[in-house]
Amino acid sequence: MPSLDRGSDPAPEVRPDAVLDTVGLFCPVPIIRTAERILGLRPGQVLEVLSDDRVILIDLPAWCRSRGHDYLGSRQEGSEYHLFVRKGEKP
Amino acid sequence: MNGVTDQPQRRVKAIGLLSGGLDSTLAARVLIEQGLEVVGLHFSTGFCMNDHRRALARADEDPRRLRNEGLRAGADLGIPIEVLDAGEAYLRMVLNPKHGYGKRANPCIDCRIFMIHGAAEFMREHGGDFVFTGEVLGQRPMSQHMQALRLIEKECGIEGYLLRPLSAQHLAPTMPERLGWVDRERLLGIAGRSRKEQMSLSAQWGIQDYPQPSGGCCFLADENFAKRFHDKREHTPIESIRREELILLKVGRHFRLTPEVKIIVARDEAENRFLERFKDGAWCFEALGCGSPLTLVEGEPDEATRRLIAAITARYSDRRHEPIVEVAARREDREERFFVPPVAEDTLRSHRL
Repeated sequence: MPSLDRGSDPAPEVRPDAVLDTVGLFCPVPIIRTAERILGLRPGQVLEVLSDDRVILIDLPAWCRSRGHDYLGSRQEGSEYHLFVRKGEKP
Repeated sequence: MNGVTDQPQRRVKAIGLLSGGLDSTLAARVLIEQGLEVVGLHFSTGFCMNDHRRALARADEDPRRLRNEGLRAGADLGIPIEVLDAGEAYLRMVLNPKHGYGKRANPCIDCRIFMIHGAAEFMREHGGDFVFTGEVLGQRPMSQHMQALRLIEKECGIEGYLLRPLSAQHLAPTMPERLGWVDRERLLGIAGRSRKEQMSLSAQWGIQDYPQPSGGCCFLADENFAKRFHDKREHTPIESIRREELILLKVGRHFRLTPEVKIIVARDEAENRFLERFKDGAWCFEALGCGSPLTLVEGEPDEATRRLIAAITARYSDRRHEPIVEVAARREDREERFFVPPVAEDTLRSHRL
């Protein structure tokens, strides 16, 4: 698979404040659920998103850029991806 | 929505439909250039071909070609994107569109009304001053001629507050123009099917990363999907058609065997995996001892029909050149075995959708 992820492996440094499991769900449901879940976090807090849709490695960074959140990177565990987002200052 | 004489004290906010294609991207860019706050809405209809290919998760598919173009465009334009699930209401509209279908199963006028109405609702809920789209006068035969554009605006209930920045100079001035929120002189006068002006503008603004405009991504405009869709409408009471049945129209080879029974034969391993998710309570057929498609049955086949389904499954298995193939038919705890010759091509052709 081509390299998709612009973030480095954040696992050692990042402790998520919340976890969202979207495994088994397909585009665009994981993004819709992420948008809903991040509303409940404060700016600076980190959301970990679990997904088995590899294209989320492209979509989630794009969504973060459009919404003003920081995409921190991802790691892969088997067929699942763990992606990390730090909530931005905008609501 | 603001009143007619109401000049916003804050920055004017435009809510737009953003598919991520070139036209909607340019429409957003035209308003960004005028200093407006722009929010993009990207509707997920359930009929996007790329989304379906993502669900199949074929290993050899380049994931970069399956990205969500609305999210990509929002990121490139630097504007927030809201992804909205069109949901059950959209399915009901697709099954029974007030303004009918185009050449395939495409209810383009009702689809535009649905989305613009949704944008108007979003605007009322989250704030905003007007709605915009990337529609181009005369570009699409069903939904973008002058009469259709007027009809869509009227039925959405936001007359005067729907701006089409790419064709605005061919259309009557909208309230955002008349109130000075938007400079009409800096809107565009594009019309027709040629994409030359859009290409020129995209080069001028450095917009290079967008999907090719020719193909389209909507199953409803696809010829094969449309045959299956209209077959489903003809053989099932419309109000009882479920979301799952429409999802299954996107996958595999389809054969109508009787007015009550149709089957779906997977084309590869990815489609086998996809169909597996829908087999609860349904008959499934599989040739034994070889590579075989999964055949999913809709309806209640009698024994003769089950034998025919077994023969069709054998025809698409790796043993299709053998005189007799063993096929298992399973439904929950029940299993039958058939020893059948692969079906003849003539028989197959008469049932194919």
